[in-house]
Amino acid sequence: MSDFTSGFWSVYIATVTLLGIGACMLLLWATARKKVAARSDNSTGHVWDEDLTEMNNPLPRWWMWLFVLSTVFSLVYLLFYPGLGSYPGELGWSTRGEYVAEVERANKDLAPLYAKFTAQPPERLAGDPAAMAIGERLFMNNCSQCHGSDARGSKGFPNLTDADWLHGGTPDKIAETITLGRRGQMPPLAAAVGTPDDVKNLAHYVMSLSGSPHDSVRAALGKPKFAVCAACHGPDGKGNTALGAPNLSDDIWLHGWGEAAIVAMVSNGKTNEMPAQSDKLTPAQIQVLAAYVWGLSNKPAPKS
Amino acid sequence: MTQPTASPRAPRKIIPIAAVPGEEPTQSLYESEAKIYPRSVSGRFARWRWGFVFLTQLVFYGLPWLEWGQRQAVLFDLASRRFYILGYVLYPQDFIYLTGLLVLSALSLFLFTAVAGRLWCGFSCPQTVYTEIFLWIERKVEGDRSARMRLDGRPMSLEKLGKKALKHGLWIALALWTGFTFVGYFTPVRELALEIVELRMGSWEVFWVLFYGFATYGNAGFMREQVCKYMCPYARFQSAMFDRDTLIVSYDQARGEPRGARSRAANPMQLGLGACVDCTLCVQVCPTGIDIRNGLQYECIGCAACVDVCDSVMDKMVYPRGLIRFTTQNGVNGGWSRRRIWSRVFRPRVLVYGVVLLALFLGLLFSLVARTPLKVDVVRDRATLARIVAGGKLENVYRLQIMNATERAQRYRITATGLDNLALASEPEVAVGPAESRWVAVRLQVPYGSASPGSHPIHFQIGAVEGDSHVSEKSAFLVPR
Repeated sequence: MSDFTSGFWSVYIATVTLLGIGACMLLLWATARKKVAARSDNSTGHVWDEDLTEMNNPLPRWWMWLFVLSTVFSLVYLLFYPGLGSYPGELGWSTRGEYVAEVERANKDLAPLYAKFTAQPPERLAGDPAAMAIGERLFMNNCSQCHGSDARGSKGFPNLTDADWLHGGTPDKIAETITLGRRGQMPPLAAAVGTPDDVKNLAHYVMSLSGSPHDSVRAALGKPKFAVCAACHGPDGKGNTALGAPNLSDDIWLHGWGEAAIVAMVSNGKTNEMPAQSDKLTPAQIQVLAAYVWGLSNKPAPKS
Repeated sequence: MTQPTASPRAPRKIIPIAAVPGEEPTQSLYESEAKIYPRSVSGRFARWRWGFVFLTQLVFYGLPWLEWGQRQAVLFDLASRRFYILGYVLYPQDFIYLTGLLVLSALSLFLFTAVAGRLWCGFSCPQTVYTEIFLWIERKVEGDRSARMRLDGRPMSLEKLGKKALKHGLWIALALWTGFTFVGYFTPVRELALEIVELRMGSWEVFWVLFYGFATYGNAGFMREQVCKYMCPYARFQSAMFDRDTLIVSYDQARGEPRGARSRAANPMQLGLGACVDCTLCVQVCPTGIDIRNGLQYECIGCAACVDVCDSVMDKMVYPRGLIRFTTQNGVNGGWSRRRIWSRVFRPRVLVYGVVLLALFLGLLFSLVARTPLKVDVVRDRATLARIVAGGKLENVYRLQIMNATERAQRYRITATGLDNLALASEPEVAVGPAESRWVAVRLQVPYGSASPGSHPIHFQIGAVEGDSHVSEKSAFLVPR
């Protein structure tokens, strides 16, 4: 058990627990044997505040036996279940194990439903309201934390409802992204571009690619420097989904728009990561989710 | 347990807490309770008690079988967290109604206890009701008090074994039926019945049927008055709600004493006797095994069995009824007339309980009738505060949980107000299935620069497209600096 910083505490707690149960048993044994004097008026003979008498009403014997039973139960429980320090119990039961078993059971129960979904091509699945209701819930629970409830993302987190895809927007590619995660890396390239002024000129050239407001003189000066970028973003800046290099010619700015943002990106680089979901979601769930995400920016195929 | 001694002003003295030497008798700290064999009783209050037994059990056993439209009328679906009560579909968010019901129950307990003691205990408590039913079965199989005592005293024989087996068989059958009915409130009872017939019940259903059945069998068959004496907390605090004007089952000491046997023809005055013939029937019928003639005791559940039986004895003796009766401490001590006792029922305490109870009841009823079968929770999106989107608009994102508390599929229209030029950018209409809840992402936009930086209060209005269910929920629109 990782909660204990040293083995001492495990032994300490186990000892205190067992001593406590032992003390209860001892108390029961002693009181069961004890006899007290009985008085004719059924009082204990104790009087307080002039006329408050303590009556002698013995506990029922079954109450004592319940108490005995519960001490025995606690020993049996501690033998089979975790509770005695770090001893895991004979049954090896754990909350984690129970959780895993429950998820497995739920997945098994849902398997026939998902089988019906996965038998369809994702383009048609996107038009199935039952599948999309599940897809929506999966998205809300697993994706919306970063991509937003409406899947439109925010700075650093891609918008999933437009036609711009860093790693490809086919259902297969989306499923791949969800399953394995993605790691986008832009190295710091200011040194390769040249002087800080060169970097600034390059930024204006990049802005010109999408027709954003820019300084055309600087852009013209920056154009030759784009060769450094072309290796990944392509000679025309249209990006490369195989590398996850963004299209620079559309007006979509994942990490911020403007000269300052582009200069910062070229100078510092960026590593952005989408974590893999394969150990959280089943392949069938990922397929439904991929169809849902695909459906956010595409029209589902008509039912045949 | 403490109680005042008979002598009111004993001189203050220190009593040593030490074992008294000598040959005084001793006793154990734990006591084996003697089994109580209550004698059967008939009369006014017995009829009332049986009336309540039938009323409560008809409701309990019958309600799960009642249908409402296409479903069970009363069903608490814990798995999907929907609670169906007649025409209502309640969500966990409607917990306030359960709270209200519990407050009503508590106040009713206060009211009835202040007026007439432990009425609930004696007439409607499940512990009393099931004990009554189990005793009835016991009596039918083994006979009344004396026959049962004789039977238990005899060594085991084929006849005794048969009777005991029959009794326990009937008890267990009833207990299992009770457990089955209880589970039938949480899982559709007709399906449950089918599952039992086909032997394919879920393990939890089996567990709860057996658990509840065992509790019924144990509590009504064996524990009986022990539950009231040692387990029940209400029994303890109800005694604290008595006052000197509370109607309680009381023995009229002035009239009854000195007690003694006599022939019916004799004049008790000449013998120097009171009205009590010391037949001990009041002790024999008592389900908690007390002698009411010793005065008010904490064991008394106010079932009035002793009142019925004593009245029947008084009738035989041709004495006036009511040697044991519902009366107040003031009434007994002051020799008050019936009218005067009853006039004290409407004392301020009772009136306050009554008024509060009535107000709460009406309030709860009104809120149930006026309840909108639609609930909405608004949660601001956790990922983005605000963002600028195409067209020079500033956008905020919200999640709306729309809970359809009707049993029809509904379409709801969403609008938002509170800021100039506030516009809904997402789907204005959403469909939610019957008794389902759905999270929808909603986007609101204002033209950039049209609102000052900061948080602006806004309201969402959600209304059914068909029908007049309408809900307004407040939230905030954030404009960054």
